[in-house]
Amino acid sequence: MCVAVPGKIISIDEELMATVDFGGSSRDVSISLLEDAAVGEYVIVHAGFALHKVDTKEAEQTIALMAGILDEPPRPE
Amino acid sequence: MNHLDRSDPDLLKKLLKRIRVYAGPPLTIMEVCGTHTVSIARMGLSTLLPEGVSLLSGPGCPVCVTPIEFFDEAIYLAREKNVVIATYGDAMRVPGSGATLLEVKAEGGQVHPVYSTTDALNLAIKNKDREVVFLGLGFETTAPTVAHALLTAKKQRIDNFSVLSAHKVLLPAMEALLLDPEVKVNAFLCPGHASMVLGWRCYEELASKYGVPSVVAGFEPHEILLGINMLLAQAKSGGVHVENAYPKAVSEYGNTAALDILGGVFKKVDSNWRGLGLIPGSGYDLADDFAKYDAREKFLKGVEIISAEPAGCRCADVLRGVIPPAKCPLFASRCNPKAPVGACMVSSEGACGAHYRYREA
Ligand code: SF4
Repeated sequence: MCVAVPGKIISIDEELMATVDFGGSSRDVSISLLEDAAVGEYVIVHAGFALHKVDTKEAEQTIALMAGILDEPPRPE
Repeated sequence: MNHLDRSDPDLLKKLLKRIRVYAGPPLTIMEVCGTHTVSIARMGLSTLLPEGVSLLSGPGCPVCVTPIEFFDEAIYLAREKNVVIATYGDAMRVPGSGATLLEVKAEGGQVHPVYSTTDALNLAIKNKDREVVFLGLGFETTAPTVAHALLTAKKQRIDNFSVLSAHKVLLPAMEALLLDPEVKVNAFLCPGHASMVLGWRCYEELASKYGVPSVVAGFEPHEILLGINMLLAQAKSGGVHVENAYPKAVSEYGNTAALDILGGVFKKVDSNWRGLGLIPGSGYDLADDFAKYDAREKFLKGVEIISAEPAGCRCADVLRGVIPPAKCPLFASRCNPKAPVGACMVSSEGACGAHYRYREA
């Protein structure tokens, strides 16, 4: 049920239905459960509704977490 | 630091290596998310873990935790009340006590697979002379989308639309597992998408009350390995915290707009789970203001439905992580994805379905 990959908002109509592009295939998605969302932004979609807006700052945090884990030298095996 | 991008071919190896050199107290990690179950089975991760660390699938697959009587209610509605059932495709293949919704459809019953509640509402708008019942199942991820549909139905007076709700509250089920003496779990890999709505802080009370390290993780292999690494780091240092390994999708307090409408449209009730039984405050029923859109109020008052679980199915134990799917005597023999005996084999997100698909890997 979960689509983990964020999609990009291509257009939004007055009913808060958006066309969202997932790497080439597009879907109609409701954005009524987001406080605000604009064309060009990335969202995570579940069961036809965008539930989270991804911003670049949050995406970079994952990279920082990975670095934190990996920078610690592993113990010898 | 961009070389730590997920496209780095060495990243998975590095993350896995850190897990494999773990030398700390034994840790039994439960994931409570169907998409995690699939990803973990696909990676064959259980076979790569060091001694003392194990992974269990919990009650994270929405159709799996929905009790059989719900499917019997839906089948009754389709057959006896002549309603149009709108549902996610997976639910059509779950065995009820005597049939599946797919079989009811083959008999000529109106059962429509839909992708979202928006599709279900449109079905009601287009078929004004028919009653459309949407099967509401799943956790805090799907429940707000149903709440939104109910608010729309009320506003636009779409009175031939109603919802049969089996929606579940995630946290009471996690607590019930910790209280179950048969379940040996001491860490949680918390679900990515339910947490997108709930926020990662929601696990704090549970984590501190029961001393279980908890980490919210995403679904891709590197995201799951990151989450497990963070759990192991906690275990090694003796810490008990809630951490967020999925900041891309999960914030501190979640999606407040979704939580607001969830609270406005639904009320929490005691609810029956497949495998876990009745758990206080673990279900979402329609609030009294929405009784008009409650399929139970509308069509099932005074109707008694008697349900019986399929004989021999061990879903109840699989869902609590008491046995792995392969320990069920019917696994891959009488029960397989083409002829599922229990709900856990129906969904690709169910533990039995996921293990069946990737068991050679
Ligand atoms: S293998 Fe089939 S019968 Fe056994 S627990 Fe899983 S779903 Fe039930």
